[in-house]
Amino acid sequence: MDSITHDPFRDYQPGPYFCELTSQRADDMGTSAEIRARLAAIGLDALRARATAAETDLINLGVTFTVYSQAAAIDRILPFDCIPRVLTAAEWRKLEAGVKQRVAALNAFLHDVYHQGRIVKDGVIPGELVFGNANYRPEMADFPVRFGTYVHICGIDIVRDRAGDFLVLEDNARTPSGVSYVVENRHLMSRAFPDLMAGMPLRPVDDYGRRLLSAMVEIAPEGVDDPQVVLLSPGIYNSAYFEHVFLAREMGVPLVEGADLVVEDERVWMRTTAGRRAVHTIYRRIGDDFLDPTVFRPDSLLGVPGLIGAWRRGNVTLANAVGTGVADDKAVYAYLPRIIRYYLDEDAILPNVETHICREPEGLAYTLDRLEQLVVKPVGESGGYGITIGPRASKAELEAARAALIADPANWISQPVISLSVAPTLTETGIGPRHLDLRPFAVTGRDTWVLPGGLSRVALKEGSLVVNSSQGGGSKDTWVLDDEGPQAGPAAGREG
Amino acid sequence: MMREAPLLARYAESLFWMARYLERVENLGRLIDVTQSFETPGRETESWFALVRINADEEGFARRGLAPGAEQVKQFYLLDHANPTSVPASLESARTNARTLRPLISTEMWMQLNMFHREMSNIAPAALQGDRLSRLCARIKEGVQAHTGITEGTFFRDEGWCFYQLGRLIERADQTTRLIDIRYHLLVPQAGEERRVAELTQWFSVLRAAAGYHAFRRVAPPGFTPADVVSFLLTDLAFPRSVALCVEQMEWLLGQLRGRYKLRGTVPALERTEELRAALLGRPVERVIHDGLHQFLDGVQRDLILLAAEIGTAFFRDWRPLAEPAAAMQSQSQG
Repeated sequence: MDSITHDPFRDYQPGPYFCELTSQRADDMGTSAEIRARLAAIGLDALRARATAAETDLINLGVTFTVYSQAAAIDRILPFDCIPRVLTAAEWRKLEAGVKQRVAALNAFLHDVYHQGRIVKDGVIPGELVFGNANYRPEMADFPVRFGTYVHICGIDIVRDRAGDFLVLEDNARTPSGVSYVVENRHLMSRAFPDLMAGMPLRPVDDYGRRLLSAMVEIAPEGVDDPQVVLLSPGIYNSAYFEHVFLAREMGVPLVEGADLVVEDERVWMRTTAGRRAVHTIYRRIGDDFLDPTVFRPDSLLGVPGLIGAWRRGNVTLANAVGTGVADDKAVYAYLPRIIRYYLDEDAILPNVETHICREPEGLAYTLDRLEQLVVKPVGESGGYGITIGPRASKAELEAARAALIADPANWISQPVISLSVAPTLTETGIGPRHLDLRPFAVTGRDTWVLPGGLSRVALKEGSLVVNSSQGGGSKDTWVLDDEGPQAGPAAGREG
Repeated sequence: MMREAPLLARYAESLFWMARYLERVENLGRLIDVTQSFETPGRETESWFALVRINADEEGFARRGLAPGAEQVKQFYLLDHANPTSVPASLESARTNARTLRPLISTEMWMQLNMFHREMSNIAPAALQGDRLSRLCARIKEGVQAHTGITEGTFFRDEGWCFYQLGRLIERADQTTRLIDIRYHLLVPQAGEERRVAELTQWFSVLRAAAGYHAFRRVAPPGFTPADVVSFLLTDLAFPRSVALCVEQMEWLLGQLRGRYKLRGTVPALERTEELRAALLGRPVERVIHDGLHQFLDGVQRDLILLAAEIGTAFFRDWRPLAEPAAAMQSQSQG
């Protein structure tokens, strides 16, 4: 068949799921149809050829993450799917408001639990969940942070159900990663698919670095005129090193490792060719445990001895603050709708996925009764590890999950299987539906700003619901539409 | 208004070393090429082993249990990733430094180096055979030259540029002394005319390896001798690879660091460059050859090592309070 005239969407069947491109949306303004028409005009063969070239580009550019096996370090790209995921202006307004609300609630919660702990006294959340949490840092008690902002950089994982409603799956309030791919994917699209993008009414994504730097400057210790911001990375062996490079470059600040910093007189300095130079804000991409060997893990070689002391003296700001892990814990997550109501007196704009807390007897009983229908998740893990998806698990896997639940109920939550939305994705057999999620990124100094769109992670295996990069997930460019419809394409002579 | 951007000591050191490793790779390509052209039937082993000797790699070569043959030497420098002075290992080190420097260097620099590194990490053994070896050497030179051109056209010219240039100039000066050294035993003062012509043919090959042949012909006195070639390679201030020009440029760069960037600590390094300059230009080359060229070149190499050490002490030393390998291990286990 002639690939130029063959409509690659002819056989596309999203099934019972909400489709991010083909499902009807009121304010789509004809953009989805235009995208499909342009993809058809490019044709399947050219799409494949360009997608392959785009991935080679990523390897050559070193837009990679590192996977460590026993013997070797392998640089992998995050597989890239060239068919964009589209969010309409109205959808984005709702997401943006929902993310801002959630970030406000997370910060209010952290301020409270590190001060009076009213929310526990008022019985909204069990004290054990907060103060007994491994990520609760007693060092933070009564410590003031500027503007009450603890979570400066937040990534919130969001999915859509069959009706197309957005649900929050998880909060990432420690060191969420992935924002570099949002920007790099857009660059890649404009290099490889100028004809697909021409005249599309898209919100830009390249303002992230400037916004982030502004927030880092805002939160610097009071009274510092021209604060020095740095990005603290574990170094070139870290799997997310590319993202650290990206962030440092976009902000235009030095990427430092622990050994570049030194604390003297409770101030932080970096070692330069001209001697020591004061540092005022540190965007750290190192976990709490590794920050300061004199306070946390004594064997940490990545951190800076004395850093926490300098911070407590108010001479340097850390972003995110220490101890935010108590807020993005999967067990605390279950209480987030109640937390939002408690502090903001509002209903959650973006509801949670229904969650059963197995530390509570009803939750445990409910979960054990319906194990084969539920997704069971450990509360402390990330990256998709330790999850059992009931309907897809073998008998042995279900029994293992049951034993683990009974042995330590407090370590688990369960949720119904969400029929994640799908988006058209280039596969070996043509364009097919693949499940995906969305991680918008919010930056908060004095106020909160949300990067339009976010990271769309897509499960490349047919039918798979696991989108994590460590488990075979890829990503897509995420297009947030403006309020206008698409302009004429390149055929009409517009510049890209 | 633009901000003043401080340079991390660690970045300065990485720039210095990235440039050194790349310059080393280019020169290794040149040395291998010239060695191949000297290869005389029946004496291949001697010619090739000279390469090991001038790089002071005898110990490493022996430790790997290699017999001193032509094939072994070629493999040692072109295929052996475990030999730290090989082309693939030097490029690995250059790329590791470049990876550290990614926040600082241009995307184009990183991308080219990344691709060049990949190409040279997978040299096929067949590429070492026959006329393919010379083509491989040309590719090695071109890869570094592409890097140099991209760097010249895209790398921001602040103090980091000075450290980058210092690294490459120290290495280049050192490599030129080694290129001369490869033929030093040919300089027999009382040779007859026929021997002298044969010698000159070989010196022309050295000049070609250093890309200086035509320039030398333009400036050489009529009736020139091998001593004139040595003088050109060591002291000509217009020849890009001459030791004296490298030293002069390093003096200028150190002056920039001191004057324009207000860095303290350049004085000991500047004293070293003055000593080097005096050694190079203080007496006629015939005298140097008479007194022992090999010893002289050794001395220059030692002075360059001391110069590098002064730069390191002044600008790089401060950032390293930790044991690096242990920190690397921990970094790998971080999510």
